[in-house]
Amino acid sequence: MTRKRQRMIFVVSGLAALGAATALVMFALSDNITFFRTPTEVVGGDVPPNNRNFRIGGLVESGSVVRHGADTIHFLVTDTRSSVKVTYTGLLPNLFKEGQGVVAEGRMGPDGVFVANQILAKHDETYMPKEVIDALKAEGQWKGQ
Amino acid sequence: MANLHWLANPGRFLRIANAVLPYLGALTAALLAWGFFAGLSAPHDATQGAPAKIMYVHVPSAIMSMAIFGAMAVASAVALIWKHPLADIAAKASAVIGAGFTATTLLSGSLWGRPTWGTFWVWDARLTSELILFFIYLGYIAIWQAIEDPNRAARAAAILCLAGSVNLPIIHYSVEWWNTLHQPAGLLQGRTDSSMAVPLLTLLAGFFSFYVTMLLWRMEREVVGRKIRQLRLLRAQA
Repeated sequence: MTRKRQRMIFVVSGLAALGAATALVMFALSDNITFFRTPTEVVGGDVPPNNRNFRIGGLVESGSVVRHGADTIHFLVTDTRSSVKVTYTGLLPNLFKEGQGVVAEGRMGPDGVFVANQILAKHDETYMPKEVIDALKAEGQWKGQ
Repeated sequence: MANLHWLANPGRFLRIANAVLPYLGALTAALLAWGFFAGLSAPHDATQGAPAKIMYVHVPSAIMSMAIFGAMAVASAVALIWKHPLADIAAKASAVIGAGFTATTLLSGSLWGRPTWGTFWVWDARLTSELILFFIYLGYIAIWQAIEDPNRAARAAAILCLAGSVNLPIIHYSVEWWNTLHQPAGLLQGRTDSSMAVPLLTLLAGFFSFYVTMLLWRMEREVVGRKIRQLRLLRAQA
């Protein structure tokens, strides 16, 4: 076995071991790495203990937004299987609207309503000018909202 | 490998690099000018409006920040295994450029996040792993600065680079493995209209050409710098 071959085996096996170790750590920490829980997970009881803060993410359910007074809002976050009712008082990001992605941070109230103290908008990877969307809609080809 | 060995001669490398650098510089300037003009005159995104223009800087920078580190990892492996005389020089010369692209990615992403998401920064998997990439770049550069003997510095830096390359698939797949605020990649999935994808790909070519130009220029300086260092050492011994 030449020196080059020895070094190659050393480098490749070192990388493989490090990669496997990292994968195990990532897998074990998955719960902490994930940025938000889905409504289905929350409805299924996957919430942190001691009523700690957590984030819930999904789409703002169409037709669910109700405004109370100047800056209090109620809406449903949905992943199309389950929905969770959210209440929030404060400024909303520009992108917030029905059918759009949203991430709310806060905690579960005793009545099962999620009380958010921060709302972030989540957008998808579709980038289209308005004219193109209108044209696709006119042809019945548009699959988004 | 035959071509690589032919280029392994640093003198020959200098002659070729000197000859192609002016053309590469001109190509870079043309691609960047064309790409930025096309990006600015492209239509606004229907959902996000004007802030989505930041993608013309953010997306190519992000791709380059990872591609350059990948290239450094390959060069580091070649340097460790085959002792190619130009490999560690190529990796060293890439690091500052890659760190620059990573900083640009983080800053432009932050400026994009404020008007769309409603925040400059969140600790989601994509943003955090890209920040870690930036720190690995800084550590890599620090090793070269801290160890005076180029051979020993090259070894330590190459090992750090190979270990750090484990982060690259994490950055890439973070948006698929975990729930993140960052959206998944959509450039080549037909989710980006061609009126925006064409300027974006032009700028990616421009950023890549910028990297190759800077890389050759920095490698030239490194090759010449090492020659001077060796001559000084020889004179001190005489």
